[in-house]
Amino acid sequence: MPLLQLEGVSKRFGRVVVADEITFQLEEGTSTGVVGPNGAGKTSLFGIISGDTKQDDGSVHFDGRSLGSLTAPARCRLGVGRTYQIPQPFEHMTVFENALLAAQQGAREHGHESYELAYASLERSGLAELANSPAGSLGLLQRKRLELARALATKPRLLLLDEIAGGLTDLEVVELTSVIRELQQDGLTILWIEHVVRALLSTVDRLLCLANGEIVADGEPRQVLASEAVRRVYLGGAIINEPTAI
Amino acid sequence: MSDATPTLPLARGGVSVERSSFSPIYTLVGTLIIAVFFTAAPWILPASWVSILSNFFILVIMATMWNLLAGYAGMVSIGQQGFVGLGAYAMLYFAIKGMNPFVAIPFAIVTCAILAYPITYLLFRLRGGYFAVATWVVADSAMLIILSIALLGGGTGRYLPGLSNLSPSQLNHYTYLATWVVAFVVVVATYFILRSRLGLVLSSMRDNETAARSAGAKVTSTRRLIYVIAAAGCGAAGAVLAISQPFVQPGNAFNLNWAAEMLFVSMIGGLGTIEGPILGCVIYFVLQQSLQNYGAWYLIIFGTVAVIIAIWQPRGLWGAIRDRFHFELLPVGYRVRDKVRVKKVKKQKRSETPPASVVTTSE
Repeated sequence: MPLLQLEGVSKRFGRVVVADEITFQLEEGTSTGVVGPNGAGKTSLFGIISGDTKQDDGSVHFDGRSLGSLTAPARCRLGVGRTYQIPQPFEHMTVFENALLAAQQGAREHGHESYELAYASLERSGLAELANSPAGSLGLLQRKRLELARALATKPRLLLLDEIAGGLTDLEVVELTSVIRELQQDGLTILWIEHVVRALLSTVDRLLCLANGEIVADGEPRQVLASEAVRRVYLGGAIINEPTAI
Repeated sequence: MSDATPTLPLARGGVSVERSSFSPIYTLVGTLIIAVFFTAAPWILPASWVSILSNFFILVIMATMWNLLAGYAGMVSIGQQGFVGLGAYAMLYFAIKGMNPFVAIPFAIVTCAILAYPITYLLFRLRGGYFAVATWVVADSAMLIILSIALLGGGTGRYLPGLSNLSPSQLNHYTYLATWVVAFVVVVATYFILRSRLGLVLSSMRDNETAARSAGAKVTSTRRLIYVIAAAGCGAAGAVLAISQPFVQPGNAFNLNWAAEMLFVSMIGGLGTIEGPILGCVIYFVLQQSLQNYGAWYLIIFGTVAVIIAIWQPRGLWGAIRDRFHFELLPVGYRVRDKVRVKKVKKQKRSETPPASVVTTSE
């Protein structure tokens, strides 16, 4: 049974279609990348899976259970962890308290177990030494790490990473990617939206390309990137038809 | 459906977390000393001071509840005077029905909590400024409903029955003890709420509601619970206010000034700390007593103090003290104290860092 299954999921905001009968499934322990131009519906797709956005049509199943009527906290407690494209730390809380909230509420750990889980998620994300710092004082890389730590502290079975490498320097991307690769090797199921394609290619074993709310390509990452559909999405039909013009 | 549980293998090791920089014994001893002093105050202090302290504790109750609502849970209300009024009128109703007013206090509190619960379904559809205005509308609507009830004295109000068998001195003492006990319970209860798992949920939803939901926090039910608790607390303030008056009148019980005072003392003392609103109440009463002979000037000075603090110390006076001295009387946060482990991680990180020349080249 797939861990995540989307069947004919559609969502529109007024005239803008952000998801158009999207159907795909993820097996447990796999890592999948999502690419697509701005406005393709990638973040909306994450919102639909995590419960931040309600779909108009279609169904989302997690581990065989329909997520349709479940709120975002309920989905998190089932094992859907997510990060945000723009980091959303709890700025007036410490780094440790940020992770602790996720351990206590998302993973439903109590007492010392919750402390252990929160601290371990900070260690895993490379933030342990900043445990007592106010989250509002963190720089961009550290905020991205905190997003990851908070998601990990919920004990996710499915981790949704939304452009976690965006805005980072090359060195920072390498650091963060190595952390994500470790998580992948530990068997965590990952769905990762990213514009930094080389970060994706070093990690994922499947790639989806979204455009105008539709999946236009799905398969082995390098084959997907080389496909005409993806080139058309990124480069435009005219250029594809006249390659000499490049 | 699979029975598999989430099994992300995270590194496990010893971590030690502290909730306070000093022993809880000091907190307990300090609390006991304060409790003994204020309980004995009517027998130690002059009657006029006792009366002032009664009013002080009523404001402490209101400010602590407003701080819980706005400072911790992020629900800025300008309608909590509605529950002060409802608490006062619930007290009046139970007293009219023959209940001893001091016995009626918990009943008035429960009445306010029950009334607040359904109101949340209306208010929680709104956010920010709209929410704030809606709370005011609710308060005014409650007053208009009370005005139409002849049993409760309509627009003119009514004396609180059941207190005529007490001498003025006894009434002053008992009123003081009632306000002190309620204020003590409210502050201690707030402290334990914020020390519990709920405390982190409140702070997280104040900072970022969407992220709090995604981290598993049940934001809506927590907001509802806190709104009901704050309503009950303000109802308690209204109930003891009715005893201290003891003429219950809509214009006084539902006075918008209560909301202004809650906001003022919380802001100058420090929102988002338990100590802040209490310090704010002390400053408010000191200023009020010092400036009471200067007519409208005292309001101008209050306003000036509020503006100065809002500009130069937006975290309030207690916030400034806390930031400067890293000291909290009633700490509710968490702090990792495993220094050895932190150092170990730093050392490990340092050994993994590429040589300086490599870093320079890549930059």
